[in-house]
Amino acid sequence: MNEELLEKIRLAQLIGRGGAEFPTVTKWEFVKKAQGKQKYVICNASEGELGLFKDIFILKNYPDKVLKGMKLAMDFIETKEAYFNINKNYYDEVGEKLKELVKTYEQDGYNFTFYIEEPSYIGGEETALLNAIEKQRVEPRLKPPYPSDAGLFGCPTLIHNVETLYNVALVSEDKFEDKRFYCISGDLKNPGVYQYLASDSIKEILQKSNNWDDESNFFAQIGGSASGPVLNKKQMSSEKVGGAGSIEVYSEKTSALTLLKKWLEFYSKESCGKCTPCREGTYQLYKLVGNLKEGDKIPWHEISELTEDLKITSFCALGRSIYTPINSYLENILNNEK
Amino acid sequence: MKNNVKIYIDDKEIICEEGQSILRVATDNGIDIPHFCYHEDLEIDANCRVCLVKDELTGQINTSCTMKAKDGLKVSTNSPEIQILRKKNMELLFAGYKKKSPTIQKGYFSKTEKILDDNKVDTDKYEKKEINDPIHKMATAAELDPSLCIACNKCVKVCKKIGVGFLKLEGKGAGTHVTFCKDPKIDCVYCGQCTVHCPVEAAREQSHIEAVEKALNNPDKIVIAQMAPSVRVSIGEEFNQEIGLDLTKKMNTALKKLGFDYVFDVNMGADITTIVEAKELADRIQNKGVLPMFTSCCPGWVKFIEFYHPELIPNLTTARSPQIHSGGIFKTWWAEKNNIDPKKIVVVSLMPCTSKKYESNHEKLLIDGMKPVDHVLTVREAAKMLKKHNVDLPMLEETEVDPVGQYSGAAAIYGATGGVMESALRSAYYYVTGKELDKVEFESVRGMNGIKKATIKIGDLDLKVGVITTVKNAEIVIEELKRNPDAYHYIEVMACPGGCIGGGGQPIPSTNRIIAKRIKGLYNIDDTMQLRKAHLNPIVKEVFETYLNKLSHERQEQILHTHYSQKRKFE
Repeated sequence: MNEELLEKIRLAQLIGRGGAEFPTVTKWEFVKKAQGKQKYVICNASEGELGLFKDIFILKNYPDKVLKGMKLAMDFIETKEAYFNINKNYYDEVGEKLKELVKTYEQDGYNFTFYIEEPSYIGGEETALLNAIEKQRVEPRLKPPYPSDAGLFGCPTLIHNVETLYNVALVSEDKFEDKRFYCISGDLKNPGVYQYLASDSIKEILQKSNNWDDESNFFAQIGGSASGPVLNKKQMSSEKVGGAGSIEVYSEKTSALTLLKKWLEFYSKESCGKCTPCREGTYQLYKLVGNLKEGDKIPWHEISELTEDLKITSFCALGRSIYTPINSYLENILNNEK
Repeated sequence: MKNNVKIYIDDKEIICEEGQSILRVATDNGIDIPHFCYHEDLEIDANCRVCLVKDELTGQINTSCTMKAKDGLKVSTNSPEIQILRKKNMELLFAGYKKKSPTIQKGYFSKTEKILDDNKVDTDKYEKKEINDPIHKMATAAELDPSLCIACNKCVKVCKKIGVGFLKLEGKGAGTHVTFCKDPKIDCVYCGQCTVHCPVEAAREQSHIEAVEKALNNPDKIVIAQMAPSVRVSIGEEFNQEIGLDLTKKMNTALKKLGFDYVFDVNMGADITTIVEAKELADRIQNKGVLPMFTSCCPGWVKFIEFYHPELIPNLTTARSPQIHSGGIFKTWWAEKNNIDPKKIVVVSLMPCTSKKYESNHEKLLIDGMKPVDHVLTVREAAKMLKKHNVDLPMLEETEVDPVGQYSGAAAIYGATGGVMESALRSAYYYVTGKELDKVEFESVRGMNGIKKATIKIGDLDLKVGVITTVKNAEIVIEELKRNPDAYHYIEVMACPGGCIGGGGQPIPSTNRIIAKRIKGLYNIDDTMQLRKAHLNPIVKEVFETYLNKLSHERQEQILHTHYSQKRKFE
């Protein structure tokens, strides 16, 4: 039965929907093979990135599927212990319901521990999440060891995003159709969470959700509204949605300064403080634009100097990712008009 | 055994152990890669992002601390690209540093400043977020200045490793900085390991340099310097000398050059401590006193007992510590003998330690209202003073210690873990059996292990001893004593790894490998001495026979013994 599910996951080509797109089957095999008397499954419902709200949508609408996915994962790695890492704001909304639903599993000896997380961006990074549960400082760990070998309390740990676990449940029921949830927001008519094929282009998704406007010009940030790349309208016909599945549309009137302030304020607030480039660099970056007014000259050179440094030398993906929105905005929207 | 592999750093062919950190391999091979968060005895944090190198095969730039040696690896440490990134990260990390560092502002030599200058780092390019936490004083030993902190996390890790866990990082993003634990059940023991692991003096000793300079400049004062056992084999590191090189005689000259009137030696005090402590041990054993007896010459360990385990206070020897013994003798016996008003005497200890500053301030140790030791300089402070006064230590002539500073080989090894034990055994043997030991070396209590156990034959008695470093290991033995109260007769505990020789006041860096070399230096001193037992030291004999033994019991207590009491947090 276990092997059967694994094969189904392999055939379905499930990948992590937290944004990293790591093959689910590989993760399962790693944790299964890892040595350890105790193993854990963790559901990651942190969702601290800007422009994302599909995990809470799933938890509100399909909590049973998510818990079923967790239970299947627990059975596969042969454990009865799971943690539910849940953003505090989400817990306020769905916590009671989830606690009610896990009772059925608890009767069969499964233990679900809810870890209510102070909402943060780094809190969703899986090793920072482990530290948080262990009451350590919330910052990423040096890898290796990977969580699959030495995760929570040093035990092999299988960590999945909410949507990934939902997909596991669908796969087990032979109902999976390679769809994903899209968080659509910004300057458009019908914001919300939609479920379409993972192979759809950005344009197709905006068309299907009745958000595409042939007349006006706009651009969009894809896969996460802090770390995702910015694409122009033309690129949307061919590009798919990556990362954690978001499309945030910006009207062409949106200024560079507005975007920079949004991104850099977020990064400087959300940097965990562990490594120099991210801790100090995001602070300096925000200082470069924080007090500027529309029409002021943007210090692109100083910004690039720092984002280059962050891209190459940051400890984790959070610091490295800040380069992506800014550089893609320059390339795709401003056409390098530095 | 791990495989050896061949790697190339900047085209230099190097054979090293597979899996070793490239940063460590480079450092061991004389290739200097600036770094601030790496310490070879601590877990790798990789947060400063300064030790960058380029993997020439993949083209990737990464931190050399996390990069592991594998066969054929080729890295470059200094390409223009690396230089730009490294400099950028240092400019971010050290924004405003030169203006805020008391050491740099006061014109003392700073290794960190040298690294910044060598890399042409502009510390005014950026302005850091203000950290407004006030300076926190760890009693009168060390202090924490969060505004200088670069969040390298080394102090936090070493504090935990020692077994205290008083320090932690607090805050997020640019507000991240070191702070201390508010839990009333956790307190600092003043060992100063944070200060010897801090690259920026955010954790530092409470400076006594100015007080010492003031005394030296006061013609009415008679200023005595006394150097602890460990200082002589480590201060050379501050002057690029071979680790473990004994500079006793050059230090005698150097201290006179700084203006000290007399140069005596804490080693003489150590011989007194050994005699007092060995007699107490013999007495406790013969008269069924409280056992096991614990050493008490490490103020960090004493603070640990007084705060965490006051129930064990009766186990601590009442013998005062070496610097307090000798300081007290200078201000009594020596002053009387030389017709000097003891109030004019200023005793300055050079110590590998920060908790000795705290100890020197204890009111309970006053003799006729006088502190036995007035000021304590760490090795780092002593080196700063020498450099400021252009005293080039390695080039100096050698001179002998002033006669009152004579000492035995037993004192010389006090600085190493097991040294106090071994010294006490050499004399306790005499006090218990009435006979002199022929072979004085006790190999079983030597070495870098954190917990050493041995049974030593003293006459008919099988003396069970334990030698411990770090309070984390002490806690393990305290647990053992709960199960088996008779497990030991005598236990030596030092708060720092390797004993005083790895103390919080030593030169930076201090690693287990460096500590082991310093220890070798100490045993060399002992090996080459004629006089190797404390109770045979002629000066100490004279002090006891012509002076101490004739004093009233109360007066003897005042000069030789102390007492302990339960301590509250921050006391």
